[in-house]
Amino acid sequence: MIDRKVVAGAVAVVAAAVLAPFLSSYPLTLLTQVAIMAVLAMSLDVLLGYTGLPSLGHAAYFGVAAYAVGILSTERQAGFGTCFVVAIVLAGIAAAVFGLVAIRATGTYFLMITLALGMVVWGLAFRWVSMTKGDNGIAGVPRPDAGLPWNLGAPLPFFYFALAAAVLAWIALGILARSPFGLTLKGIRESESRMRALGYNVWLHKYLAFVIAGVFAGFAGVFWAYYNGFVSPVDVQLVTSVETLLMVALGGPGTLAGPALGAAVIVFLKNFVSVYTKRWLLILGAVYIGVILFAPRGVLGAFRSSHR
Amino acid sequence: MTAEFWVTQTFNGLSYGALLFLLASGLSLIFGVMRIVNLAHGSYFMLGGYVGLSVAWRTGSYVLALVVGALVIALVGVVMERAFLRRLPGQTLGQVLMTIGFALIFQDVALLIWGGDPYTIRVPASLSGVLTAGPGRFPVYRVFIVAVAVAVGALLWLALDRTRVGAMIRAAVDDAEMAQGVGIRVPRVSLGVYALGAALAAFGGVVGAGFLGVYPGLDFEILPYAFVVVIVGGLGSLPGAMVGSLMVGLLDNFGKALFPELSYFTLFAPMALILALKPTGLFGRV
Repeated sequence: MIDRKVVAGAVAVVAAAVLAPFLSSYPLTLLTQVAIMAVLAMSLDVLLGYTGLPSLGHAAYFGVAAYAVGILSTERQAGFGTCFVVAIVLAGIAAAVFGLVAIRATGTYFLMITLALGMVVWGLAFRWVSMTKGDNGIAGVPRPDAGLPWNLGAPLPFFYFALAAAVLAWIALGILARSPFGLTLKGIRESESRMRALGYNVWLHKYLAFVIAGVFAGFAGVFWAYYNGFVSPVDVQLVTSVETLLMVALGGPGTLAGPALGAAVIVFLKNFVSVYTKRWLLILGAVYIGVILFAPRGVLGAFRSSHR
Repeated sequence: MTAEFWVTQTFNGLSYGALLFLLASGLSLIFGVMRIVNLAHGSYFMLGGYVGLSVAWRTGSYVLALVVGALVIALVGVVMERAFLRRLPGQTLGQVLMTIGFALIFQDVALLIWGGDPYTIRVPASLSGVLTAGPGRFPVYRVFIVAVAVAVGALLWLALDRTRVGAMIRAAVDDAEMAQGVGIRVPRVSLGVYALGAALAAFGGVVGAGFLGVYPGLDFEILPYAFVVVIVGGLGSLPGAMVGSLMVGLLDNFGKALFPELSYFTLFAPMALILALKPTGLFGRV
């Protein structure tokens, strides 16, 4: 049986791909942003939705990769291939190191530790001025030349580029979720002690999930740096991490397509609201509270049933 | 590195730690009783500073700024706890998203009311000036902060350890269900503790506004410090908050003075080390 969410997601992707040539550049850049943020949200879903680990510092790996692309492509004029590989490896290393600290903790401690670790990266981005240019950020990141026949500087080819990347990430994470490894993660989410009693190495599974989530967040970060042309501490700050959590919670954790939809809702909402009013933080804050208070159990269902 | 450097930096670290204690003790107490990860706690600190600023502008009284700042934010805390947080018992993710929602709203409201400029609360003449002793120069205001933190710490300890209400709070921290079972009104205790925690943070905010100032973004800048303190010290532990505040204050200060570009590493790396050795923090039990 084919999952209805997968079908809906595939229809959305095809519809976006078909409609894209008829759109003007503003909606097109928004759609590009949705594709990239969807990858970030899906990567967090591996942790939150499948493993039951609510990370509050997920922007760190996204940011490490974005900074790697920013620094390499502006200071070293590195090409797409080099940037891509180095960025993903660095994001993976960051997740592997942080995971060693974070996976020891459970529940609330996990939340707080991932928050603090995320702040380490933010602190470096903000204070390590000789490397990151501090608060000014790294401007002028050129669009990549990935050896494709199209000029990725134009909005439409870049949208297809980002969409293809998002679909690849979706397929890869979908295979992961349905694999024995992914099913073990779900088992850990439901009952850690049961899985341990059954002889699974719970720590290793959680740790690998943490690193994989970090790598895919880095994958999103690479495209974000190229899309934005600009990398700054805003990309790694706490609010970005929490926004990603909101995307996952809004769309329904543990479904991949759901968090991608959540990403779309948040990206469109943020952009439309900020066009009409300067008070978008106020409205975004109200959205957070509204989602928690009034959204039906389904929105947070997967998480609630697994915790108490 | 002269003796003067070490004396001055140690003292600066101590006084910053004292300020962090005011903030983090409330966060730790709230967590102990309610198990809430309160991401709006830094906002209470900032809002306290802003309310104190307005009071100081209107009345010229620093003492009034302290009292009104703490009371107004305690009231904000009461409303938040009763009307919102109480609906989400045990839902960690829901609490996180809700408190961050409030933090975003508070940030925007503060920007709307007080604008984007940084302000400092003018402290009384008796608290300004510098004491000199041996190689060190000690600003009177920083000495005052240490004294206030010691007094607040002692009061909290006495209240928790020696009074009936304190015993009720400790019972609720240890086992809320059992406490409820023996007739303690845990929801009322929670409300009181939440208001007290918010008031302590706001009080710290007014004190901090005397030398750090108060400005947009202060909320999310100070929040990780409070988190590191309670992670290092152990959630829900008052001695933990004391020791954690001192450690974080000193580490942060020396980190900034010795390795300015890597100062966050010098703060968070020891935290990671402590967690690796003792996952519940130095004084944590859960």
